[in-house]
Amino acid sequence: MSILVIAEHNNESIKPATLVAVAAAQAIGGDIEILVAGADCAAAAEAAAKIGGVSKVRVADNAAYGHSLAENIADLVVSIGAEYSHILAVTTTSGKNFMPRVAALLDVAQISDISLVVSADTFERPIYAGNAIATVQSSDAIKVITVRGTAYDAVSAEGGSASIEALDTVKDAGLSTWVQDEIAQMDRPELTAASIIISGGRGMQNGDNFKLLESVADKLGAAIGASRAAVDAGFAPNDMQVGQTGKIVAPDLYIAVGISGAIQHWVGAKAAKKILAINTDPAANMVVKADYAVIGDLFEVLPAIEQS
Amino acid sequence: MKVLVTAKRVVDYNVSIRVLSDNSGVDLNNVKMSVNPFDEIAIEEAVRLKEAGKVEEVIVLSIGTSASQEQIRTCLALGADRGILIETDVEVQPLAIAKCIKAIIDKEQPGLIITGKQAIDGDNSQTGQMVAALAGLAQATFASKIELNEDTATVTREIDGGLEVITVKLPAVVTTDLRLNEPRYASLPNIMKAKKKPVEVLTPEDLGIDVTPRVKTLKVTPPAERKAGIIVETVETLVDKLKNEAKVIS
Repeated sequence: MSILVIAEHNNESIKPATLVAVAAAQAIGGDIEILVAGADCAAAAEAAAKIGGVSKVRVADNAAYGHSLAENIADLVVSIGAEYSHILAVTTTSGKNFMPRVAALLDVAQISDISLVVSADTFERPIYAGNAIATVQSSDAIKVITVRGTAYDAVSAEGGSASIEALDTVKDAGLSTWVQDEIAQMDRPELTAASIIISGGRGMQNGDNFKLLESVADKLGAAIGASRAAVDAGFAPNDMQVGQTGKIVAPDLYIAVGISGAIQHWVGAKAAKKILAINTDPAANMVVKADYAVIGDLFEVLPAIEQS
Repeated sequence: MKVLVTAKRVVDYNVSIRVLSDNSGVDLNNVKMSVNPFDEIAIEEAVRLKEAGKVEEVIVLSIGTSASQEQIRTCLALGADRGILIETDVEVQPLAIAKCIKAIIDKEQPGLIITGKQAIDGDNSQTGQMVAALAGLAQATFASKIELNEDTATVTREIDGGLEVITVKLPAVVTTDLRLNEPRYASLPNIMKAKKKPVEVLTPEDLGIDVTPRVKTLKVTPPAERKAGIIVETVETLVDKLKNEAKVIS
């Protein structure tokens, strides 16, 4: 069996989520190859070749792949897809965008967002916002799979020495054009890669109070998240949302401040190794489910934590 | 221009679901069913485009059992002009659903197709992308803003870390994210009017589509519970525990 993992990268380096997809590929078992598709992405390809357990890196370096437009990436993957038994990407907005397109063009089903590899054709995946876990078996010859970013511990980014092969295939469907990105510039780690996350909910009362989180986050080197209630209330931008319709995170420590813990939020946070809830309500779902809870006014507790 | 929107019948988002004790699935007996919330956003967007004079007709399509008529009527009450139901008792999966939608695209030739970014039952997030692939169309997933131009649409997409703006050639498939709009409630007069709007019923066989599932569900189980935590009295104890017991900060 040969497994293709499609790398998530920024042309310079490989995003850590890719290492989780490689770990899932190892759990399936077989020869693992990585596809790096981008524009001026030689550095990313070299980084991919160092990932442990990878035999070959295939690089498609062309302007057509520069912004990961789904139509072009999918056509490229389909052009080499028949060489593999499994095609994997991580469940990010990019993987979710092009992978179903790959599956449809290969006339196979996609298994979305797997949380466990049971065997080469059987997988576990959360359904109903994580309120149930389905074990599913694919009957297709090629398994197209997206892997939940918290499913496995990342493999080592170093130590490998895969060969690098250039793919000259240029697929430019000409259907869509990238215009611009509006990516918030942050000095803090990304939510999906952070080892500590501090999130605020409706209990923060307003957007200005998120500054309290910022000062604690700076002390801890943490990323900042928010509940949907806080995002809907305009306290924090959309891309900070942790939860079923936001980001699924898996830090070592997740600090939920003034978050009641609706199931949709819990699903996004529960993969954290330890969860700390700070809330005035001892009956709040987040408090009940957390590993540690502090009952108190966040406006008193947060400064005290910052002090310590 | 016509707009085709999809509406899946799913367990209402307010219902807390229960896994059946024989692990064969989720209990759907006597459970409130609704239009998938992301599809509701799709309907709302299409109706707003019609109200703005940019499209002439909004067609709502559902694929499922005859009970899905109920969700089609809901969408008609929200402002869609007519409905199509592809009726089947088979548990239809995204690839089969996409093939059905593609067949309707061939028939109706819409200028824009809007679907929800995912259904809240299977959480697959596949259908829109698969439709675009099968129909050879451009796709713009996870849209938070749609602007229609002459032969293109400019779509703002929610991506990890922020937003991305792309331009897609029409016809195109757009999938809706949470903040594209806030769907309206249907008014009583509109609910009454919706009863008179036409709904065409087809079957996958009529369209020559094989909807046999490709993926078999072996079992469905409740998620693992985390073990109960403790309430910490003071911040000092907390910091101590985080440092020495959990070892998550230093």
